[in-house]
Amino acid sequence: MKRLFKTVWLWLDDRIGISVLLKPMKHIAPQDAKWWYVFGTATLIAFIVQVASGVALAFSFIPSSSQAYETLVFITNSAPFGRFLRGLHYYGASAMVLMIGAHMAQTFLFGSYKFPREMTWTTGVLLLGFTLAMGFTGQLLRWDQTAAWSVVVAAEQAGRIPLIGDWLARFILGGNTIGGATLSRFFAIHVFVLPGIMFGFIGLHLWLVLRHGISEPPTAGKPVNPVTYRKEYEELLEKSGRPFWPDLAWRDVIFGTALILTIVLLAFIIGPPALEKPPDPSVLDADPRPDWYLLWYFALLALIPVRIEGYVMILAPVLIGLTILMIPVLNHKGERAASRRPWAIAVVCLSVIMIGSLWIEGQQSPWSPNFQALPLSEKVVGATSGPVFQGAQLFHDKACLDCHLIQGHGGRRGPDLTYIADKLTHDNMVIRVVNGGNNMPAFGSSLKPQEVDALVAFLESRKRPIRPQDQS
Amino acid sequence: MNENIADHSSLGVDAPAEISRRRFFEKLSIALAGFCAVVVGMPLVGFIIAPFFRKPPEEWVTLGKVNDFQIGKTVNVTVIDPSSLPWAGVTAKSAVWLRRESENSFIAFSANCTHLGCPVRWMEGADLFMCPCHGGVYYNDGQVAAGPPPRPLFRYDVRVENGEVKIKSVVVPIVTTL
Repeated sequence: MKRLFKTVWLWLDDRIGISVLLKPMKHIAPQDAKWWYVFGTATLIAFIVQVASGVALAFSFIPSSSQAYETLVFITNSAPFGRFLRGLHYYGASAMVLMIGAHMAQTFLFGSYKFPREMTWTTGVLLLGFTLAMGFTGQLLRWDQTAAWSVVVAAEQAGRIPLIGDWLARFILGGNTIGGATLSRFFAIHVFVLPGIMFGFIGLHLWLVLRHGISEPPTAGKPVNPVTYRKEYEELLEKSGRPFWPDLAWRDVIFGTALILTIVLLAFIIGPPALEKPPDPSVLDADPRPDWYLLWYFALLALIPVRIEGYVMILAPVLIGLTILMIPVLNHKGERAASRRPWAIAVVCLSVIMIGSLWIEGQQSPWSPNFQALPLSEKVVGATSGPVFQGAQLFHDKACLDCHLIQGHGGRRGPDLTYIADKLTHDNMVIRVVNGGNNMPAFGSSLKPQEVDALVAFLESRKRPIRPQDQS
Repeated sequence: MNENIADHSSLGVDAPAEISRRRFFEKLSIALAGFCAVVVGMPLVGFIIAPFFRKPPEEWVTLGKVNDFQIGKTVNVTVIDPSSLPWAGVTAKSAVWLRRESENSFIAFSANCTHLGCPVRWMEGADLFMCPCHGGVYYNDGQVAAGPPPRPLFRYDVRVENGEVKIKSVVVPIVTTL
């Protein structure tokens, strides 16, 4: 039997050339390429998970504006393993974004983008862009209320681009508004166009890894000299190189297994993101938010000054993208060790801090009104009748509470008014309520004089309690 | 092939003519490949970018009878896109905030915030429109009251005809300024 298998294998290998195809797996790599080097393979593993789970989901998903939502409800609630598959696709996407980020930070800190691997970096940066585009278009295929409004947000952003903005917006919408053509466009882009491009770029990226070799861990005081680097690298491989498979690949396999297990566990235990209401644009009770990996950008759009917003929206992604692409052109030789490149550490740290801070802000969205704010309780108001009580009711009815906090209740869009009477006088309160200002609407035309009086009476009652020691 | 060239040269055959013939077929092959790409690609690209050139249909859509709306009130009216595709489903619907100013005067606001297109909500008590995304606020006449919106709420053309309130072309208004 064993002999038969061997004969069949030899015949197949001769006709197909399997051994030749797998030969690159055994390319010689620096033996010090250890745990820091697992993120690239992990990204590829996450991509494979995405392809597999995406193909499976496509068996039941109908990319029609009228039916997609129902098919997603079916996949989530009725199809065997459907909920798990959706979760797998979602957490696979998250893992891919995280891994590509880690891979990029590692190659940047190790100076691996320098000669002769400039184009390896460039193709990787483009793959990062395609991955984020896949994430956004994938969220849209969820085709619930948030997805539909996210398309509008994308069209509005594209619309800001001078000259071609209007055309681009219509291209994104598939017409002048959301409709039958919208979803199928994003389906084609998400399922065919972007993955096709990504397959090509991943192939090119891997080819470049083979062509120039896996970069050796940097050594301080040993700068890259384009004239001598290749010779030095060949000598290093001859001296201490190891075949990638199986000598070095086991770390990738262990990390990849851990990654897949994490994705699977999250998909099983937490499950996919909940489907919201159907994508009915006539239902305006919506609060669209991007998935976590773009939440920082959502926050950025709320926090940048209005006057420069359009420029930031259009130019910042272009400039950031070009800068990252140009890194190896501007800095292709010299020191690779992070200890000799403190600015590189600073760039990575600042990027993480900036994106992390914006992400936390995006989670809290303090700039958004709190539409769910309930009327203040008797205990908070401190009165059951009279002007203070009426003012508290008005504070809720006029949506002041949607934007201001009172003892932890309400919104965070405006200042916390819990102790506002300690800061503003009666007259200042009247002026502020009637005229607005500082990002607050003027209520002069919508409030009657007695309503202003009641509202101010309530605000004047918002004082810090006097403690016994203060009285003495 | 190279061997053939070498043979011909050694036999004194006019090699340049042979090479020229090959060059001709080389160029012909490239030209034919390009031609095929154009023949197949043009309609393909045209099909994909067709929405670029689709003009908004200028149709008047009825929102309701004049008497269905109270003076001074702002209400949400659902509109069905008359040019929607058969498989649009619920996405053929859209919403308009309609305000009756006087006996025959109406304002129809787009429900899209001019900041980034999110759906604005009418806060009856506050007499304000508010956007949930980035905190844009508008007065009852659509003017910006607070937040990041760069311009007032978009107004659709409205007319009253045969006792019915109509608006023209429900489209997502695109703010094309930086």
